[in-house]
Amino acid sequence: MSLTLTPNIPDPDDFYKELIDSQRHMDDAQAAMMNCKLVLLLANHIGDRAIIHEALRRAGGAV
Amino acid sequence: MFKTYSYPKFPYVQSAAQKTGEVVRHKLVIIGAGPIGLTAALDAAAQGLPCVVLDDNDTVSVGSRAVCYAKRPLEVWDRLGVGERMVAKGVGWKLGKVFFQDRLSYQFDLLPEDDNKMPAMINLQQYYLEEYMVDEIGRLPRVDLRWKHKLIAIEQQSDHAVLTVETPDGVFTMEADWVLACDGANSGVRAMVGAQFTGQFFQDRFLIADVIMKAAYPTERWFWFDPPFHPNQSVLLHRQPDDVWRIDFQLGWDADANEEKKPEKIIPRVKAMLGDDREFELEWASVYQFACRRIDDFRYGRVLFAGDAAHQVSPFGARGANTGVQDTDNLLWKLKLVIEGAAPLSLIDSYNEERAFAADDNLLNSTRATDFITPKSASSRLYRDATLQLAEQPEAEFARKLVNSGRLSMPTPYRHSSLNTPDEEVFSGAMHPGTNCADAPVKRQGREGWFLNQIGGGFTLLSFGPTPVESVAFGSVTARVLQVGRDIEDEKGVLAARYDAKPGTTYLLRPDQHVAARWRGFDEQKIVQALARAVAA
Repeated sequence: MSLTLTPNIPDPDDFYKELIDSQRHMDDAQAAMMNCKLVLLLANHIGDRAIIHEALRRAGGAV
Repeated sequence: MFKTYSYPKFPYVQSAAQKTGEVVRHKLVIIGAGPIGLTAALDAAAQGLPCVVLDDNDTVSVGSRAVCYAKRPLEVWDRLGVGERMVAKGVGWKLGKVFFQDRLSYQFDLLPEDDNKMPAMINLQQYYLEEYMVDEIGRLPRVDLRWKHKLIAIEQQSDHAVLTVETPDGVFTMEADWVLACDGANSGVRAMVGAQFTGQFFQDRFLIADVIMKAAYPTERWFWFDPPFHPNQSVLLHRQPDDVWRIDFQLGWDADANEEKKPEKIIPRVKAMLGDDREFELEWASVYQFACRRIDDFRYGRVLFAGDAAHQVSPFGARGANTGVQDTDNLLWKLKLVIEGAAPLSLIDSYNEERAFAADDNLLNSTRATDFITPKSASSRLYRDATLQLAEQPEAEFARKLVNSGRLSMPTPYRHSSLNTPDEEVFSGAMHPGTNCADAPVKRQGREGWFLNQIGGGFTLLSFGPTPVESVAFGSVTARVLQVGRDIEDEKGVLAARYDAKPGTTYLLRPDQHVAARWRGFDEQKIVQALARAVAA
């Protein structure tokens, strides 16, 4: 398995709106905290270190 | 000054050699009578190796200092006859609580493995630990423990070292085939031989306070991240014997050590932490600073290094004294065989190979904990806080696994050691070559006992079946057979399970209770080869 880069979310516009809306009421600090929790939750869900590594690299991380 | 402990004052005695001016050559001179030097002396005595221990002071550790002792070092001390006394006096704990800011984040149970003689961890002030070892040494004629003897110079020769030592009676000279430096993080010996002590991955200061408190706090480890009474830093509370509580306040590197040590500075901190008017008395306080680093080589000619003199780690996970004891556990049997001429000098070099590997593992663990406890950037701080917030959610067990307030100190297996004989057959379980032996309840001559008390000191052939011989030798190194079902009984089957034993399974165990090799049968030829390899021949 490698990191999925083809479209994988059936309703992309709706997903994106939900993501943005979920932080609408937040200031920058609150949103940043939420983003961190989101990364941790999703990374644990994926679990596969090779996939996480590839995502870290593709996001521009120094890995 | 101290309410719960009277510090012994050990007598200075001028040696006969200093009186007469005779230069005596010793086989082994240990520098420093702290926990590691004393353990080394006990191990030397157990190996039948006479030694001299020099210490520039005349008492034990002032203050509780190391405090936490893990199972493996307790097993080493048990082999040396002092472990049971430490456990009897020490406080065992199982429950840890982690607080974030003003609330409990979660709690955890150490869940110690059943069927081990020694507990997962005890808390005990370092002065008790040292006192018990000094007591034991008093019963051992082979150890010459000399107080108020300060090493001031070392000159290395090809096959020995010349030591210049200062006592209240002046300066004299002695010689040693081998010198073992156990003189702590600020090792003078290290400087004398010009060793590098590098790799400052991290540095910090801690205020450590021993507080006498009769209040009924439970026997638990409490760790605070960023508490209201000490913002942006960490705090650790631990129970010790005699109603003494140990509190560690992280101060940061820029703190003024002399200022923070003053009682008028400490008492309000402790009061704020307790959060009420319960009574306490300040017993002792000190500012401790550390860096994470290790010596470039554990051996410089005839000088060997162990404990903090060889490696310094952060206090999280109690890796200082615990790993130092495993250094001397690894070294002393090797020294004995080399000094006797039973093994080549290269056996000593396996000490650096195995223990530098362990030190690096400890440094890695310790650096990870410090990175979590003291985030180095705003972003890593955010991830740390997010982890702690998620950890509060009862369902989010994964986040609690990410919280790192110091991982329990576990022995590092010497997986790739040149002394190991790689497996040729399939085994399951943890007892790979290079691993410290698991304990198990066994019976000997009808009496309940423990497996680890049956081995160590010399090589053992643990056999789960009849053997054609009683021992196997390589040169003058002998491994004696210990047969399950004949010499010891494994009634509960724990030993067989932990060693993945089938009828005929044979283990070659080192004098430091580590696995050297294992087979599914008893092949004398293979055992001799493995024994030779285990002594670097």
